Amino acid sequence: MTAPPLLELDGVGMRFGAGDHMVTALRDVSFRLQPGRAIALVGESGCGKTTCARLIAGLYRPTAGQVRFRGRDVTGQAGRAGELAYRRAVQMIFQDPFASLNPVFNIAHHLSRPVKLHGHAAGARAVEARVAELLRWVGLDPDITAIKYPHQLSGGQRQRVNIARALAVEPEILVADEPTSMLDVSIRLDILRLLAETKAARGLAMLYITHDIATAAHVAEEVVVMFAGQMVEWGDAAAVTGAPQHPYTRLLLSAVPDPDVRLRGQGSRAFQARAEAIRAASRTASDEILALGPNHFMRAVPELLLQ
Amino acid sequence: MSEPLLQVRDLVIEYLLDQGSFVAVDRVSFEIGRGEIFGLAGESGCGKSTIAYAITRLPRPPAWIRQGEIRFDGTDLMTLDEPALRRLRWRRIGMVFQSAMNSLNPLLRIERQFFDVLHRHTGCSRAEGRAKAEAMLRLVGIDPRRVGDYPHQFSGGMRQRLVIAICLALEPDLIIMDEPTTALDVVVQREILQQICELQERLGFSVLFITHDLHLMSQFCDRIAVMLTGRIVEQGPVDQITRAPLHDYTRRLWEAIPRLPAAAGVGTEAVRERMPS
Repeated sequence: MTAPPLLELDGVGMRFGAGDHMVTALRDVSFRLQPGRAIALVGESGCGKTTCARLIAGLYRPTAGQVRFRGRDVTGQAGRAGELAYRRAVQMIFQDPFASLNPVFNIAHHLSRPVKLHGHAAGARAVEARVAELLRWVGLDPDITAIKYPHQLSGGQRQRVNIARALAVEPEILVADEPTSMLDVSIRLDILRLLAETKAARGLAMLYITHDIATAAHVAEEVVVMFAGQMVEWGDAAAVTGAPQHPYTRLLLSAVPDPDVRLRGQGSRAFQARAEAIRAASRTASDEILALGPNHFMRAVPELLLQ
Repeated sequence: MSEPLLQVRDLVIEYLLDQGSFVAVDRVSFEIGRGEIFGLAGESGCGKSTIAYAITRLPRPPAWIRQGEIRFDGTDLMTLDEPALRRLRWRRIGMVFQSAMNSLNPLLRIERQFFDVLHRHTGCSRAEGRAKAEAMLRLVGIDPRRVGDYPHQFSGGMRQRLVIAICLALEPDLIIMDEPTTALDVVVQREILQQICELQERLGFSVLFITHDLHLMSQFCDRIAVMLTGRIVEQGPVDQITRAPLHDYTRRLWEAIPRLPAAAGVGTEAVRERMPS
């Protein structure tokens, strides 16, 4: 926490629509990304995770609060040069490895474009060497993979190419939006390891967005649990997933499939009623934040839900 | 009564290619008992969905069933003609697919979607269809007053429950669920599966449950078969698969699932193998 944050979200709010059709997608979201560290943003679909990613990528402007990059506001006042530098510093990895590569170009093209455009290598040989290096980093053999087209690769291989493509820009911040949710369970762990290793070796600040809280601690040192646009519990990954305090975090963790818990014969009403009560309570806007530890916080909820 | 509801024997399904063919399902045999929840696990491309389509005799070309026997409640499905199959599908074998929530017609009210299925198979009237739809909504935990709503007015989890409700409306004997909750978050997934368990206990149908998530499958199923490249490599009661897997692939499938670790940092735990430079 001593190093200055690379990227800081400060009280960010986002509303869509107007008048009666106003939707609050984010409310008072604040966190800091540090070099070589990752934050996992966890929550159900529709909780605002991807809106966060799009704000950081500069695709939306927040309707409240600030996004600061190296202490400077990037929400529209940075000027063209500042904006370009920012876009170079932030790269995204998307959920769908099938839709995010162009089917008519081979892998070498996908990787050499950013290398050339951002001036990270000059001359055909240097570009080729750089592409080979990137492919090797993500665990693909350049001699075999570079000349292939996206349809010739598996989902996991394509996601590796996407990671290499993001790294080709030499970013400082990597935003990975559900990078493994469309992949087979059997290769998810490999991709998560690759992300964790990349982050550590290259000193990248990473935002890992997922609905699967079980994978969060595999990549990230810190976890932010979101619900209905608010951060409900956040802090050190070990604290949030190991000693959760907010009822929604507990609900989320209790619902992670556990092979030792049989569902048959349990009845469904009790779980459903509890889930609905917790969701209703967590949905209400609240500004009261409780500190649970040195780096472990939660948004206050009505007492009766706490046990 | 002791005879299994579904018996699949020596099933071989091939995909015809320009030259030769690709064997997607290779001599697969399994049985599903009455009231049993049976799981078929494996990675994508291992042939599990191909089997699901074969049971309803809906393999999409270029897939074709080269050999094997599929007996449902004593009838060999391979010998049935199209009209007989149409009477069987939905009525006795229901299907819920991964993107089932997108299979609702966005232009029709929920009531109408129930009516379409019910009228076709039972010839019921509009009023009977509406009453049944309301009863089914109540069964899956959705306010019955919402039968007049359109699909987009429901969340993803609710739409998935609606499809399950339509499927259950005809009281089928077997429900095939192909990754029914993969697109949903864990809380909603748990809600839906617990509900299916409860309904199963009440209505007594059998389930063929297909997923790649072994953890989820162990929570939900009575027996599990693990598939690898078209073959069943291991089959047994859930306790055997979870506690004492015999096949090396089953063990690897278990190890590959991201678990909830106590502490962070997987990067340090295992050094990835690098490609030689």
